[in-house]
Amino acid sequence: MNTTTVPQVDTQGRLRHLLTVDGLPADLIREILDRTATFLPDPGAPPRKVPLLRGSTVVNLFFEPSTRTRTTFELAAKRLSADVLTLQMEHSSKTKGEHDLDTLFTMQAMGANIFVIRHPNNGAAAYFAEHAAPDVAILNAGDGSHAHPTQALLDMFTIRRHKPEFAGLRVAIVGDIRHSRVAHSDIAALRALGVTDIRVVAPPPLLPEDPAALQIRACSNLAEGVDDADVVIALRIQHERMQQALDMSPAEYRRDFGLIADNLTGLKPDALILHPGPINRGVEIDPDIAYGPQSVVLEQVRNGIAVRMAVMAMIAGARSGA
Amino acid sequence: MSAADRQVTEGIDRLCQAISGDLSGPPVVVGIHTGGVWLAQALRDRLWPQAPLSRLNISFHRDDFARIGLHPQVGASDMQEDVEGRTLLLVDDVLHTGRTVRAAMNELFDFGRPAAIRLAVLVDRGGRELPIAADYTGLQRDVAPDQQIKLEGPEPLTLVLR
Repeated sequence: MNTTTVPQVDTQGRLRHLLTVDGLPADLIREILDRTATFLPDPGAPPRKVPLLRGSTVVNLFFEPSTRTRTTFELAAKRLSADVLTLQMEHSSKTKGEHDLDTLFTMQAMGANIFVIRHPNNGAAAYFAEHAAPDVAILNAGDGSHAHPTQALLDMFTIRRHKPEFAGLRVAIVGDIRHSRVAHSDIAALRALGVTDIRVVAPPPLLPEDPAALQIRACSNLAEGVDDADVVIALRIQHERMQQALDMSPAEYRRDFGLIADNLTGLKPDALILHPGPINRGVEIDPDIAYGPQSVVLEQVRNGIAVRMAVMAMIAGARSGA
Repeated sequence: MSAADRQVTEGIDRLCQAISGDLSGPPVVVGIHTGGVWLAQALRDRLWPQAPLSRLNISFHRDDFARIGLHPQVGASDMQEDVEGRTLLLVDDVLHTGRTVRAAMNELFDFGRPAAIRLAVLVDRGGRELPIAADYTGLQRDVAPDQQIKLEGPEPLTLVLR
């Protein structure tokens, strides 16, 4: 599956698809974050249903399992009054991408006009966007190790609620950076918003191949990376990766790279801890840290609905005005 | 004071008289972003200086979303009081097609079920497309369909015709 250059921003600068954070103008990222705030329910108030996507049909096409992303996209679309379908798809690596497009064409014929795509292949969302009908929008809900833009946007929104100024922030990302679409999109978003001090922390095989090209600092010592950080983003580590690429047991990974009380004695008291979920309890993070006073993990989930509402409303607005 | 400013002052005087003669206790005062908020503030300051002021953003309920997309203004509605069972004074600067008021009522009902909603506008310019009328009107103006009349502010409040 080749990646293409379908523009995600139209000639008037409006969001047309959301495929990746790379190349998304900083002003547009800020607009998404500003709009997200308007979709966030007041504390204690019931969630609001607004009619912006009445008459639109949103299809969640998931070629990879996901609970959090899928359900938050579903709720976001429903709270915008769209009709929502979620299809859990089988992806066969033998059939390349053509086979997957059949589902797109079929659902388009039923009048679906916004597709949320989760796919194991890098560039899958752009591939769908390239083949989609002109009035159809594609939202990337994670493609391979390439990008997960709504996760990055909700991370930025969550950080901004606590640390309004991005310039000057020190952000550490801990875990399987090399294979993580969340890390790639977070780094792109942080850089776009003006963060210059980004450190990635992982065992050497999981560090990016060329950190200098990404203008980030790589290290393999957890304390060195997180001790003076304002924000620590933990990533999920896959068990297969620990065994194959690292030859580490989960206990060894936890000891050296886990966000556990013993490893965080130097953490700044106002530092935030984020995790995209779901957590591997007792491996990359301990439950008392994940749900502790410095964690914003559950806020991320709540913000995830609002950020997806904002993105879908902006895309639907741009599409209808074209 | 210019003639345009004086018109605003006279309109506000007329509104205050009509409202104070009609409403017994202080209502929930709600201004529609942005001109309506300025007018609501002026009415609140004159009639019930202690009352909170709520601001309504109607962009989620506008009926032109399908044509022009999300309104560029950003900012959620800011309701300072519970609307359940209360009398609401909904305030806007100009009443024209009635579509803004329709959207505002939809937005208000997302927050509860008010006992009553009363509408106060500074200018009724005619041209209604929906069956909506103001309870309190500051000024009546005939404005050609291709012209725009709006309140500029917040200080001083001036009516501008373009």
